[in-house]
Amino acid sequence: MMHASQQPGSSPHTHTGRSTARVMQLVLLATLPGIAALVFYFGWGVLINLLLASLTAIVAEAAILKLRQKPVGFYLKDYSALVTAVLLAVALPPLAPWWLVVTGTLFAIVIAKHLYGGLGYNPFNPAMVGYVVLLISFPVEMTRWLTPATILDSGANLPGLSQSLALVFTSSPALDGLWDGISGATPLDLFKHNSGQLVEQFYQGEVLFSEGRWAGVGWEWVNLGFLAGGIFLLWQRIFTWHAPVAMLAMLLLLALIFHDGGSSHSLGSPALHLLSGATMLGAFFIVTDPVTSATSNFGRLIYGALIGLLVYIIRAWGSYPDAVAFAVLLANFAAPFVDYYTLPRSYGHERRRRATEQQE
Amino acid sequence: MTADQATKIASITIHEPVIHKTPGGIHPPDNKQQSLQRGLGIAPLPEKLVLPLNQHSGAPATPIVAVGDTVLKGQKIAEPSGSVSAAVHAPTSGTVTAIGLHPVAHPSGMNAPCITIESDGKEQWCQRNPVSNFTSQSPQTLLASIRDAGIAGLGGAGFPSHIKLSAADNGQAIDTLIINATECEPYITADDQLMRSYPQQVVTGIQILAHILGQPQRILIGIEDNKPQACDALQPHLQSTGIQLAKFPTKYPSGGEKQLIQILTGKELPNGRLPADMGIVCQNIGTVHAIYRAIVEGTPLISRITTITGDACAEPQNLETLIGTPMRHLLEHCGYQAQAGQPVVMGGPMMGFALTDLDAPAIKTTNCLLAPSTAEMPPQPPAQPCIRCGLCAEACPANLLPQQLLWHAQARNHQRLQSHNLFDCIECGACAYVCPSHIPLVQHYRAAKAELRQAARERIKSDRARERFEYNKQRKQQAEAEKAAKREARRIAAEQAKATLAKTHAQQEQTPTEQASDVVQAALQQVAAKQASPEQQRAKLERSVNSAESRLQRLEKKLAEGQAESSDAPLSEEQVSGYQAQIESARLKLTETQQKLKEFNNGQQTNLEDKVTAKVLASPKQTADKKVASLQKRLTGIEEKLAACDDDDLRQALENSASKFRSKLQDAQQEASALAANSGNDKPVTDPATVAATQQALAANKQKAPLTPQQQVERLQQRMQKAEERLATLSDPVQIDALQTSLANLQQKLADAQRALENP
Amino acid sequence: MDRLYDMVAQEPLLAALYALVGLAILFGGILGFAAVRYKVEGDPIVDQIDELLPQTQCGQCGHPGCRPYAEAIANGEAINHCPPGGQDTIDALANLLGVESIPLDAEHGEESDVATVAYIREDECIGCTKCIQACPVDAILGAAKLMHTVIADECTGCDLCVEPCPVDCIDMIPVTTTIDTWSWQRPGLIATDRQGEVA
Repeated sequence: MMHASQQPGSSPHTHTGRSTARVMQLVLLATLPGIAALVFYFGWGVLINLLLASLTAIVAEAAILKLRQKPVGFYLKDYSALVTAVLLAVALPPLAPWWLVVTGTLFAIVIAKHLYGGLGYNPFNPAMVGYVVLLISFPVEMTRWLTPATILDSGANLPGLSQSLALVFTSSPALDGLWDGISGATPLDLFKHNSGQLVEQFYQGEVLFSEGRWAGVGWEWVNLGFLAGGIFLLWQRIFTWHAPVAMLAMLLLLALIFHDGGSSHSLGSPALHLLSGATMLGAFFIVTDPVTSATSNFGRLIYGALIGLLVYIIRAWGSYPDAVAFAVLLANFAAPFVDYYTLPRSYGHERRRRATEQQE
Repeated sequence: MTADQATKIASITIHEPVIHKTPGGIHPPDNKQQSLQRGLGIAPLPEKLVLPLNQHSGAPATPIVAVGDTVLKGQKIAEPSGSVSAAVHAPTSGTVTAIGLHPVAHPSGMNAPCITIESDGKEQWCQRNPVSNFTSQSPQTLLASIRDAGIAGLGGAGFPSHIKLSAADNGQAIDTLIINATECEPYITADDQLMRSYPQQVVTGIQILAHILGQPQRILIGIEDNKPQACDALQPHLQSTGIQLAKFPTKYPSGGEKQLIQILTGKELPNGRLPADMGIVCQNIGTVHAIYRAIVEGTPLISRITTITGDACAEPQNLETLIGTPMRHLLEHCGYQAQAGQPVVMGGPMMGFALTDLDAPAIKTTNCLLAPSTAEMPPQPPAQPCIRCGLCAEACPANLLPQQLLWHAQARNHQRLQSHNLFDCIECGACAYVCPSHIPLVQHYRAAKAELRQAARERIKSDRARERFEYNKQRKQQAEAEKAAKREARRIAAEQAKATLAKTHAQQEQTPTEQASDVVQAALQQVAAKQASPEQQRAKLERSVNSAESRLQRLEKKLAEGQAESSDAPLSEEQVSGYQAQIESARLKLTETQQKLKEFNNGQQTNLEDKVTAKVLASPKQTADKKVASLQKRLTGIEEKLAACDDDDLRQALENSASKFRSKLQDAQQEASALAANSGNDKPVTDPATVAATQQALAANKQKAPLTPQQQVERLQQRMQKAEERLATLSDPVQIDALQTSLANLQQKLADAQRALENP
Repeated sequence: MDRLYDMVAQEPLLAALYALVGLAILFGGILGFAAVRYKVEGDPIVDQIDELLPQTQCGQCGHPGCRPYAEAIANGEAINHCPPGGQDTIDALANLLGVESIPLDAEHGEESDVATVAYIREDECIGCTKCIQACPVDAILGAAKLMHTVIADECTGCDLCVEPCPVDCIDMIPVTTTIDTWSWQRPGLIATDRQGEVA
């Protein structure tokens, strides 16, 4: 391989050996527990989503790299498109129509990532952009979640592979009946419709909660799965603890304040907020996206806390049941501003500087 | 346990140095065992040693030997130039064979001035002056010896050591002496080996430093915990010396001066300050040993320990190396097998640089030669885009944001680079080491730093250029303004003078015409009388004839040239008629002057006689009147000149003379009026003596003229000589032309006169 | 108050007119006061532009020096007339003035990669002082009939001395890199991107 310049390379002459591709592979690996839980509770639809999104992402990435006259093989090997696809796929409802997955992935890869300059240059998390675009454009399809497999009505079953494929790729009215038996609200959605009951009462009235341990059947395990993956990544030093911990801590704090002891005005228990919806996926796989987050550790604390705050505000008082995608995108906007004020104090300097400050 | 022992143990525990945590850092595999297996070897004497004049930071040394000189081992061959500079010594005895450019160890791969010595193999030492008891020496003497021994930091930066050590001498209180034995870079074991081989010498060296620095309260040897054998070797020699061994966990880059200070004192070196400002002096342990040798053995810095390592070397080892030994010689001694495409790195893998030429010599800062195999150090894969993962920021020991620095470096955003403290980057390479995108971050920062420095230099230069340009402009404007002001002043003065003149004229016109004409007549006579001697007058007339002739010729020539068809620049009709007019007037002038000359030649004799007689016989009254008339005439002339004058200086002079004339005129008028009142005295001078003298003079004059041909020839020759002299000094082509014409005329005349002389 | 309401109700046009005139007078007064009270001496924008120009004083822009060009830019002249400053200067000016960056106007010359300084071949110099008069920054030393020499540190490489020399003894020599002035170059483009561009 020729050197980029005529000069011999500058020091250092040695390297850890960890590459971007390796980082991405570890991230993919860390999603496995969460994906396993999802598949367990929601069936083939999750895998179809993953496959569809991955294929679309790779094809779209290759095509746009070709269009941008970049070496396709070199960039495909960094696995970043795959990570985006997987993160989007696990956030989409299982058995969503194929075009929903494809549209979301295309939007994420082509518009949110490459039109902004490709890997490393996108100001917004591509998966979340894809998700939000779908949520706004196709609210019906995006909110049609399934009932976890363990609490399906007797006689009802999650569709098998062929039925799942049929559901995803065709819109035959003959299959409408199938939907009635398996579709169901998410815990956050369900809880939003609590009108004046004590939390305990409400929980008893809903199978999703009464059968679950902390935050709704299935969902709590999905979240715990992603939490496990996140801890694995932390241990692997893929990212620092600052942003996810700040986000979860903020969420916990607000949940504690507004749980109100489970009164009829309760806005949800801490467990519900931490272990339901996309909380853990967001905290460890979305908020930690280095490209779109704040850069310094202190900045990441602020960035994470901001996301936690926004998630809670939208969940509690907004019209959407979950809010990780919106919160992340809003915080992406704020990241440069956070960076501006949170330069670390460098060695030998009395205090931190602003990003444009010249002299101390 | 006795009470004594207990207190002793307590005091030791109390003084056990506290180790502070530092941010960032990495833990690359240290690869130090390879080179420590074989102990300390000695590099064989090479045939040729090459000594770069700049092996240190600062100004290059100045050679004090010439090609062909025989030098002895340890002899100084180059003097430090300036204070931040270090001497160079001959590492062995031999002959200086070259002083000039030679490949050196530098990342640029450029050549630099070096002294080449061919060794004679005798290793004959020069006179050495060991100091047996350094405590009896003053710090100044010891500092001078260190400076003389050419010692510059052996750790890597090569800063002349005497400068750091003269902090106490310069009045800075030094309370902490830190000896840097960290050696945190992978592969390098030179200092480790040094401590194992020369523990006593090192400790004595530290004591010399302590003596020079006025016995600091704390003396610490900072060492990473991956060198237990070196610690064990040192420990026995440290008993009751007050020197403490501070061991701390291995982490790169703990050996950076700033990082070591932070580890051992918990204090950060404030931005832009030197350790001495905090009462700290930091020296590399290799430098300490060199100082020991310089003082106790009297040996200048001519050798050091160098680690030769890497898988491309069959027998990696530490070698006692003479400064100036070609790298190739060292590597071959350790069984180096070149691997295609693999560089040899001087220094460690983190901060060293690839050598472009193995003929480059080892220098004072060559602590390691690393010849890695391809498996050991694969070539860097191509860089991918930064994903801002932040691993670099985690690794940065200076708490910078490397990914932001990269961003701004690529955008050449100098302001942001500065606000992100680019210049606090110590280029340790930790960021690039961990970067998953394989971005050559350090190179980006080095280039950006160079650009910033260049921009600063250019700014200074452009500011100076602006200043000089403004000054230049101002100066020109001022000169212009002064000229304009003068012109204006002159114009005003001229108008005033004209006005005064007009007034005077008006007054004069009121005086009776008769009187006026009298005055004019008298003045004319006066002028005639005042004329230069007849000879001069004639010469003058002849000159004007000549110049008129030459002018005419020139003009005619020009006209002819202009009218010629082949001419490059044909004359316009206007120009032609202009020339013709000029020619006409020149012709007229010529005729006039010729006429005058003729008249003069004819009339001179009689004129002169008349004039003299008239003057001699004139009455006092007449004389006075004439004087008044002449003065008045000259005054008028001056005033006219004054009115037309353009030059300030000249004006000044003219005004002066005008006022002088005015007073003279007044005197003369008074005299004249006095004489008029006393008309009885108005008689011609009848002094017989005067009359007689006059007549005598007239007779002499008569005899004198006309000149003999002989005299004429002589005179003409004199004039020609003068003209020729003048010609030599002239530069104006027009004048030269004129002079040449008159010279030709003179020659003609001379020839005529000579002919007349020959045939009288 | 009531009367005011009445007036607005009955004569809305007149009321609006009064209001506008009143506001105009008020704000005009404020602006006028501000203009006097916070008057800015000089023209800072010219200073800022001048600050960005390379100060070679070469006159290639058609102005007798950098400052006159800075003044011209402030008065609307194009920002791409400065070859010594090159694209960097144009970008900086565009940034300062908030206009689109444009490529260098080739009519005024081409940007050169290497900095040059004037060098007088002293054997050939006849000491005519013409170059001294031409030098905008007084960087040439010498007197009539004595050979001249360039103070390389002060020379801006403007070329202005070359043309007036009657014996052509002035060369513009490039400033060469020495081991002391050498510096690391920034790494090239990402290698793979370059390959992509070539392909």
